[in-house]
Amino acid sequence: MISLKDIGKACIIALWFVALTFPLMVIKVNPIDRIIIWRWHNMLWVGLGSFLCYLAGRAWLMRREIRLRRIRQGLEAELPQRTPLSRRIIQDPVIHRPLLAAGALFFLIFPLLFSTYQTNIMITALMYVVLGLGLNIVVGVAGLLDLGYVAFYAVGAYAYALLNLHFGLGFWTVLPIGGLLAATFGILLGFPVLRLRGDYLAIVTLGFGEIIRLILENWNEFSHGPSGISNIPRPGFFGIQMSLDHSITYLYYLMIAMVVFTIFVVNRLQNSRIGRAWFALREDEIACQAMGIDKTRTKLTAFALGAFWAGMVGVIFAAKTTFVNPASFTFLESAIILCIVVLGGMGSIVGVIIAALVLILLPEYLRAFSEYRMLVFGAVLVIMMVFRPQGIIANIRKTYRIGID
Amino acid sequence: MDYFVELFFSGLTRGSIYALIALGYTMVYGIIGLINFAHGEIYMIGAFTALIVSTVLSIFGFPLPAIIILTALAAAIWASAYGYTVEKLAYRPLRNAPRLSPLISAIGMSMFLQNYVLLAQTPDFLPFPALIPDFDFMEPYAGFIGSSDMVILVTTTVIMILLTLLIKFTRTGKAMRATAQDRKMAMLVGINVDHVISVTFIIGSALAAIGGMLIASHIGQINFYIGFIAGIKAFTAAVLGGIGSIPGAVLGSFILGLTESFATGYVSSDYEDVFAFSLLVLILIFRPSGLLGKATIEKV
Amino acid sequence: MTPVLEVTGLTMDFGGIRALDRLDLRVNPGEIVALIGPNGAGKTTFFNCLTGLYRPTAGDLLLTPPDGGTRRLNGLKPNHVTMQGLARTFQNIRLFPNMTVLENVMIGRHCRTRARVLGAIFRDRRTRQEEREIVALSVSILKELGLGDMINEFAKNLPYGAQRRLEIARALATDPLVLLLDEPAAGMNPQETRELDELIRRIRDKGLSILLIEHDMKLVMSLSDYIFVMDYGKKIAEGTPEEIRTNPAVIKAYLGEDMDDA
Ligand SMILES: Nc1ncnc2c1ncn2[C@@H]1O[C@H](COP(=O)(O)OP(=O)(O)OP(=O)(O)O)[C@@H](O)[C@H]1O
Ligand SMILES: [Mg+2]
Repeated sequence: MISLKDIGKACIIALWFVALTFPLMVIKVNPIDRIIIWRWHNMLWVGLGSFLCYLAGRAWLMRREIRLRRIRQGLEAELPQRTPLSRRIIQDPVIHRPLLAAGALFFLIFPLLFSTYQTNIMITALMYVVLGLGLNIVVGVAGLLDLGYVAFYAVGAYAYALLNLHFGLGFWTVLPIGGLLAATFGILLGFPVLRLRGDYLAIVTLGFGEIIRLILENWNEFSHGPSGISNIPRPGFFGIQMSLDHSITYLYYLMIAMVVFTIFVVNRLQNSRIGRAWFALREDEIACQAMGIDKTRTKLTAFALGAFWAGMVGVIFAAKTTFVNPASFTFLESAIILCIVVLGGMGSIVGVIIAALVLILLPEYLRAFSEYRMLVFGAVLVIMMVFRPQGIIANIRKTYRIGID
Repeated sequence: MDYFVELFFSGLTRGSIYALIALGYTMVYGIIGLINFAHGEIYMIGAFTALIVSTVLSIFGFPLPAIIILTALAAAIWASAYGYTVEKLAYRPLRNAPRLSPLISAIGMSMFLQNYVLLAQTPDFLPFPALIPDFDFMEPYAGFIGSSDMVILVTTTVIMILLTLLIKFTRTGKAMRATAQDRKMAMLVGINVDHVISVTFIIGSALAAIGGMLIASHIGQINFYIGFIAGIKAFTAAVLGGIGSIPGAVLGSFILGLTESFATGYVSSDYEDVFAFSLLVLILIFRPSGLLGKATIEKV
Repeated sequence: MTPVLEVTGLTMDFGGIRALDRLDLRVNPGEIVALIGPNGAGKTTFFNCLTGLYRPTAGDLLLTPPDGGTRRLNGLKPNHVTMQGLARTFQNIRLFPNMTVLENVMIGRHCRTRARVLGAIFRDRRTRQEEREIVALSVSILKELGLGDMINEFAKNLPYGAQRRLEIARALATDPLVLLLDEPAAGMNPQETRELDELIRRIRDKGLSILLIEHDMKLVMSLSDYIFVMDYGKKIAEGTPEEIRTNPAVIKAYLGEDMDDA
């Protein structure tokens, strides 16, 4: 399948990358002590790596081309229609029901099976599931690239921290307030900006995320600056005092409930009049307007609803760590959540859940890998866009069965 | 008054650097309509390459003028190579994809390059040797403008003039303008659009690298993160001037540089970055086509 | 008779270029009116101005529903124009490619339905009822246009002719008074064009008025009650098909100046 010519090409590519990365990968200087460290072995890794990557990419492209050609020649149509495994699992109740039941059982008894430490990590992963589902409404469904999503998360977290500090409000009171406050911020930001071209939205939200963080860092009287706010109470349960272990278990189940609630709501939203309008907006804005959809308002709804989840998870985050400071709300957080949506598949609920669990849990358990986390996340974004823009699990449109009359 | 003049010149210096970066944004946007988020990283890579090359050369005992010239060349060449490669890997396959795809790819590239430099080099700040000596003839003005400010201003001006000449009068420049105006049409009249796009990335990257080297030597330290903020600010400048417009990018950069300089000098330096971002949001709301940009109506 | 759609003095400038120059046009209720002209004459621009996608430099756009009460469409956003009763198709098909055929038409119902976020989450009786009506109406439109057996296909997988019909179906779902068709027969084979001819008549017989841009003269002449001809943004002629067929200005515009030399 791979010809000699491809190998030759791969060699050239490898040489190119060796030369390209030479100064940064091989040389390391210390300008003060005037020392040069030469790391020649890195050349080998870069060369070998790019050689293999090229061949793998090439093989993948060739396979796709062969399939496309066969479809064009009408050969594929005669073969039995090949549905991808992931889709078969989702569509066939005989397969997905037991899987779903097993999954549900696993998550329900998780704290009994694993240590508090593991449970804590799982809580974080579940938080990212909700964040992913929230951002999925904005980016995946409505097609609005929001790079400042973390700002709404920060709004929620600081809402709980500050309202508790100044007014003594409890977790359950602030949970909806945090969500609504974030949604309000979403509307305030979205109103002027959503009229603009899509790519400007990306940069404005990016800027907005940074502004919020910088304000939190510098406005000491308001947010206590970089040192943050500590001693935030954990969620209460009818005023019962709990040990640390118990309160983590409690938080875990709370988070599970939150995930279920989010899935329920997001799923219903997607299959509604509003949800259809979001999808249509992503597909073609102009056609959408010509069909009578109010572009700004529809976008604003998506933006605010996405922010709402971030605000709620923000409140939970503050309650979980009992401490907030601006360092938790950098652009990297937004990037991770975006990565979850892109990897999972834009608009696909199942995909986003799987992607969140994989992307958050994997680096926790593969410590060696955690250093390369952000590098890999960046690469994931590029690779998914180039090779599989629909994500690991493509979004499936609802089908209707119409009685013959 | 002296303080004012000092702030003015430091604003101009800032503006020059923004301009060198903003040109890359604006040229790429003009031609393929993409916000190249990775452009800030190219600038950062230019600065790192400059640091590495200049240190190696100085350890090998090269004289200062040779170091400066070779460093500038190396930074420009490697940054261009990165720019070229990034376009080929991350943007070219997405030429006809939905509009969100190349943007997400660009974000991914930016994260990748940042962390690549972090891992390959260091997460810490590195001191950057001052490449530009204090000239004697600048002595009387040292109160408000340093030698390196002077060099930055002159270099930027020369580069701007060269770029303008290139775009106005060379074949490549004409092909670039044609492609920016209507890519399909350019293709029909036989312009190699892929080639033009590559050239655009190469030029933009080289300019950013020179900017990276100059500012690094001026400020005296760099790390892997400098491209992020500088990138957003340069983009702001490009939008302020009218994205896609080359004189606009230069004008926007100087306005932004001066605004920042005076705002931090007279108001507060805590909110340095907030000024730029707020400016960006305000322009987009009130004049999305920028100062020199033309409002176009999307063809249906 | 009051025209259902009346355009007076419509002018559109792009920078220095005048794409439409003081154009007048009227469509009477129940009529099929054609707008023709050589490539680049400004026909699509005319539609874009009508439907609010472009903001015209000058001119008046008036829409009069059967119950009276003339409404001005100038300066309205595209979605409001559609709400008022103008629906269009696009010259270069603009369906929602990754949505199903049925969903494409259901989008057309958006502006005639009301369910909001809370309705979507709680699925109360009203919302469910509304959703059922949307589906039922959309299906009936699709069946009428001969797309009834493809409702669950992705729009992008339909053959070309079917995509054109789907655009019409989607526009019909918005309950328009006037249907604007931008080159509906482009790319169709003769068989499909004949079917399109019948389809447009059927739509007209339901009481809609139709304004049609088309290059296929046979179709235009057979369908239209009235024809407007434009060239370089100006109206150069109007009249019944017979009048247009023999109008020297029209012949000149279509065949070019060199006709005289030949
Ligand atoms: N958004 C725009 N910006 C600038 N010029 C435009 C724009 N839209 C249309 N034009 C110009 O207006 C003129 C009329 O174009 P239009 O598309 O309306 O022609 P048409 O009559 O529909 O032609 P065809 O039969 O080829 O579809 C053309 O010269 C076109 O370039
Ligand atoms: Mg047209």
